Amino acid sequence: MSKEPENNCAGGPHGLSRRGFISSVSAGAAASTALREANAASFQVIEAVGTVLPIQLKINGITRKIQVEPRWSLLFVIREVLGLTGTKIGCERGECGACTVLIDGKPRYACMTLAVEAQGQEITTLEGLMDGENLGPVQQAFVEEDAFQCGFCTPGQIMAVEGLLRRNASPTMEEVRVGLSGNLCRCAAYQHIFSAATRAAERKKKGGMA
Amino acid sequence: MMKPFAYLKAKTPAEALAALNSKGARIHAGGTDLLGCLHDHLFTVDKVVSISGIKEWSGMTGRPDGGLKIGCLTTIASIAASAVLKEKYAVLAQAASEVASPQLREQGTIGGNLCQRPRCWYYRGDFPCARKGGETCFAVEGENQNHAIFSNGPCFFVHPSDTAVALSALQARLTVAGPAGTRTVPIESFFLAPEKAIDRENVLEPAEILTEIHLPAPAAGARSSYRKIRSRQSWDFALTSVALWLQVDKGMVSQARCWLGGVAPAPWRAAAAEKLLAGKKLNAALAASAGQAAAEGAVPMRDNAYKVEMVKGAVEESLLRLLA
Repeated sequence: MSKEPENNCAGGPHGLSRRGFISSVSAGAAASTALREANAASFQVIEAVGTVLPIQLKINGITRKIQVEPRWSLLFVIREVLGLTGTKIGCERGECGACTVLIDGKPRYACMTLAVEAQGQEITTLEGLMDGENLGPVQQAFVEEDAFQCGFCTPGQIMAVEGLLRRNASPTMEEVRVGLSGNLCRCAAYQHIFSAATRAAERKKKGGMA
Repeated sequence: MMKPFAYLKAKTPAEALAALNSKGARIHAGGTDLLGCLHDHLFTVDKVVSISGIKEWSGMTGRPDGGLKIGCLTTIASIAASAVLKEKYAVLAQAASEVASPQLREQGTIGGNLCQRPRCWYYRGDFPCARKGGETCFAVEGENQNHAIFSNGPCFFVHPSDTAVALSALQARLTVAGPAGTRTVPIESFFLAPEKAIDRENVLEPAEILTEIHLPAPAAGARSSYRKIRSRQSWDFALTSVALWLQVDKGMVSQARCWLGGVAPAPWRAAAAEKLLAGKKLNAALAASAGQAAAEGAVPMRDNAYKVEMVKGAVEESLLRLLA
């Protein structure tokens, strides 16, 4: 995870057609938008092909100054620029829910949100639900209910539950089903996921304790 | 990855209208449909003009005549959750609650929902179809189970918006702003059938923005409902939907409006059903007859004859539920 809230842009913000971006990532890989090649580099390089804009994003309480292309999705920026890989890439067309994050406390698809559009809003990713080194109440509930099989959809499911519970602290099972209807699980672990949502609601009411 | 584009976040309506009035500019409200279209390379855009920060165009306010003004940027989620809408314009709140998924309802706007592009898989897919400037509607000979049963062609997509059907039943009036000023368009005249325009779905000119939706004051004795049938229960576009608005006086239907979704390239008025219901006391037999009447004129394609039966059943069932 990035500790450094500002990425280093190799060059000024305007006029160049190709440009390297560096964001410090503790264990990352060299990458480009066209081709990602894993190597042992300790930083991540993202090349922009269009004009870039300086923006500020507030993610998990930390304001980060970065440079982005207008076409970059919030999902791309969260993962590839900031190195927060808890948010998953699924369909990239707003259909599966793997990239769910909270924006101003509401669940949204990061793949269908431009990073430039997320300025001035509070963004919360899976990493932001941690309580220091401990799991947050929704995460803990998913562990206790065994609410996953392959686990790929799990971060998005957890964020959808978090968003639901922030709006409705005591959802009925029907409200849980509707609240999670935007998140697909190809392993079909839905019953366990719904149970985890209910357990998470109980945990949250007790201040995070079971 | 989408192709590169410039980006401008408009702070005022005037700034948005000025920025949109240039070649290759496209409007961004919630972005859920625009970004999907750009991902699929349906069209290119030189400049994205974001209107998401324009406060004047967000939220709902009462009108002096007792009606309601809804800003184009009001989210689908807030429409679905509105206590005022649930009480006075139930058909709209119900339709909004059935739109897409929770995440998309938080992001998508009512204006964008009305102006979204078709979801026909040939249009969205890699086919040079009539709507993209080609000569063929591939649905005619191809996979057409989701397509229109009411269309004069040459294109047979079904309009994907739920709120469009509900707002048709409410006889909403739309404010459209453009370089030449503003105009008001009754929603009944907003959508364009494919025989009138093949490359767009509504009367908006490229530099125009749908800015406001105006609902008339609720009529005494009026009640309304929205019923959506889809193939997936989690979330999906409508196979068939029914927006009903009835004015009932001492058990008699004095006025009926019945609009269908998922069956035509624009919200479809079931005029024969409306005529049948007006002035009669609603009972099970009348509801069944109205269902039959709603399907009058349908011309199913090879794989979508089920929609004719779905219309009949959905209209009948909606009528009975509304009067229960």
